[in-house]
Amino acid sequence: MLTIKNLTAQVDGKKILNGLNLQVKPGEVHAIMGPNGSGKSTLANVLAGRAGYEVTGGEALFEGKNLLELSPDVRAREGLFLAFQYPVEIPGVTNLQFLKAAVDAMRHHRGQTPLDASAFMRLAREKCKGLALNPDFLKRGVNEGFSGGEKKRNEILQMALLEPKLALLDETDSGLDIDALQIAAEGVNAFRSPERAVVLITHYQRLLDYIVPDYVHVLAQGRIIKSGTRELALELEDKGYSWVLEEAKAS
Amino acid sequence: MANASEPIADLIGREYAAGFVTNIESETIPPGLNEDVIATISAKKNEPQWMLDWRLEAYRTWRAMTPPEWAHLKHPPVDFDAISYYSAPKSQKNRPKSLDEVDPELLATYEKLGIPLHERAALAGVAVDVVFDSVSVATTFREELGKVGVIFCPISEAIREYPELVKEYLGSVVPVRDNFYAALNSAVFSDGSFVYIPKGVRCPMELSTYFRINEQNTGQFERTLIICDDDAYVSYLEGCTAPKRDENQLHAAVVELVARNNAQIKYSTVQNWYPGDENGDGGIYNFVTKRGLCAGVNSKISWTQVETGSAITWKYPSVVLRGDNSVGEFYSVALTHHFQQADTGTKMIHMGKNTRSTIVSKGISAGRSQNTYRGLVRVSPNAVGARNYTQCDSLLIGDKCGAHTFPYIENRNSDSIVEHEATTSKVSDDQLFLCQQRGIDAEKAVSMIVNGFCKEVFRELPMEFAVEAGKLLEVSLEGAVG
Repeated sequence: MLTIKNLTAQVDGKKILNGLNLQVKPGEVHAIMGPNGSGKSTLANVLAGRAGYEVTGGEALFEGKNLLELSPDVRAREGLFLAFQYPVEIPGVTNLQFLKAAVDAMRHHRGQTPLDASAFMRLAREKCKGLALNPDFLKRGVNEGFSGGEKKRNEILQMALLEPKLALLDETDSGLDIDALQIAAEGVNAFRSPERAVVLITHYQRLLDYIVPDYVHVLAQGRIIKSGTRELALELEDKGYSWVLEEAKAS
Repeated sequence: MANASEPIADLIGREYAAGFVTNIESETIPPGLNEDVIATISAKKNEPQWMLDWRLEAYRTWRAMTPPEWAHLKHPPVDFDAISYYSAPKSQKNRPKSLDEVDPELLATYEKLGIPLHERAALAGVAVDVVFDSVSVATTFREELGKVGVIFCPISEAIREYPELVKEYLGSVVPVRDNFYAALNSAVFSDGSFVYIPKGVRCPMELSTYFRINEQNTGQFERTLIICDDDAYVSYLEGCTAPKRDENQLHAAVVELVARNNAQIKYSTVQNWYPGDENGDGGIYNFVTKRGLCAGVNSKISWTQVETGSAITWKYPSVVLRGDNSVGEFYSVALTHHFQQADTGTKMIHMGKNTRSTIVSKGISAGRSQNTYRGLVRVSPNAVGARNYTQCDSLLIGDKCGAHTFPYIENRNSDSIVEHEATTSKVSDDQLFLCQQRGIDAEKAVSMIVNGFCKEVFRELPMEFAVEAGKLLEVSLEGAVG
């Protein structure tokens, strides 16, 4: 589904990604961990096509298409979703209006007819329920005055409605208390299917107690320096990152 | 990140859709202004002597005045001798008795602008007066309105048919010497709408006037007078467009509203004069004086404006709250793009007891434009219990435009409450990216963000107008982000 080969990228002239390789297949859940400043969020932003993240080499293929030459909105319509670490507010635009515009754009791209207002409302309410969100939530401005937990749950709600093929979750666990974390994780687990893939970017092993990954990767200095399974995350929690970094240096 | 605003800066400039010229033979008097020109205009309108005298008095007053220079606007001085003060389609010499007699070329013009004049085709429930250059060419639904006593006609006709009403109210809210452009308008105004709603009548349909400047080198100086008698109600809409031309054209209107006891006037404007091109060439200079007088107790005047056109906008629709418990409202969206400049806002003058006013102003600046809110809230010593709430929000698109706020508050009554809130924000790349990441393309995203910003004002507009205003913003912002 996603093949990243020798990807290099810079931000403000500073090299952040340094020959990154990653392969994600349908049905898989990958966790990307690593120390601060290792390039985790940069990877997510480069894949989603955010302005200011300049790719200097390598390639990223999404279902065989060159992701890097598509505009951000086309990448999204092709099925790439990014759950933001810091979701931004859009005052005056209701969550409902925003979600409807997004779902309409997706359906149009897939050659489906747009949902009428009442069918969309039913769908949105149902998805809200699954995330323990009050339906009044839909009438509020996009992320306007939302608590940290509400913002993150709103990201998961968008993922549930848009039904992407690949979801990148950028530190969705940060700033969540344990109850909110569980709810968000349930949302992600409900989303998992043999056709879909998830890439979790996280600092903490804690999230992986709730969303169990198939693979765990350690990102450092802009490259994946070690890959393993669920056990690697536990080991990292136990021993920190220094031993992995040492190991990488030695090889 | 080196130039974070770039994606947005690239996204603003669709074609101005109303920019076409109607090919019609016009009678245009030579440029320049003197007492003979005024006498000519007056004669063309078959005006009584008192009207000519009033105009000449205004002209002499104007001669002694100088253009205002306090606004945050930069433009070369207007050459008042290069403007023609009267232009009318020849076919309109004798105003047609019915629509069937209106020049088909004119009908086609309004058809093209989306204002079908044939009543059969017209929007149900909206009566239209259309002003083309210096004359009113048609007024629809007059008969139906006449049945309930509502007068809706060109002001030139009102001067002849209802002289007592015109004499009583013309210049009563905006005196001739109020300001330079009001004095000029009083001297040379050619047409506009006149509305009288009798006591106790709720006007059964929306009234609207559509202003069109067509002829080159002419100015448009319309005059609108709306009187709402005791316990009456009217909702009035106005729209304006002009062809694309390289030179600037002057539009200097005066609008006066009078609300008597318990009367309500709702006045909505969608101003889409030609704004000039992306290099700042051409466009309308829009110098307008609009003021309403809440003359009676419990009266209410509400201004809602969506200003997207004009190279220069100088406009402050105001309310004088003289009657006790009267209410004044001002809801405004002003959008500037390319090299447009707007200096707009309102004045709320509290004189009566327990008078209340609300000001909601939304300024949107894109390109290299400058957008200024200028407002005055004055509470006189007698205005016990007066309240004002002002909210002024500015939205910037890109980093080459400017937003400015000049709120003046003169409170001479310790018992009153005056509140002011102001914010400035940017359509950020983060907001744009969030929308795009959800599959929404950039232009749609900007329009959604801007519409969200304007929501509090749009909901004050009558339904059809709200839809039109939303679309207009979308067109005006085209190319604002890329």
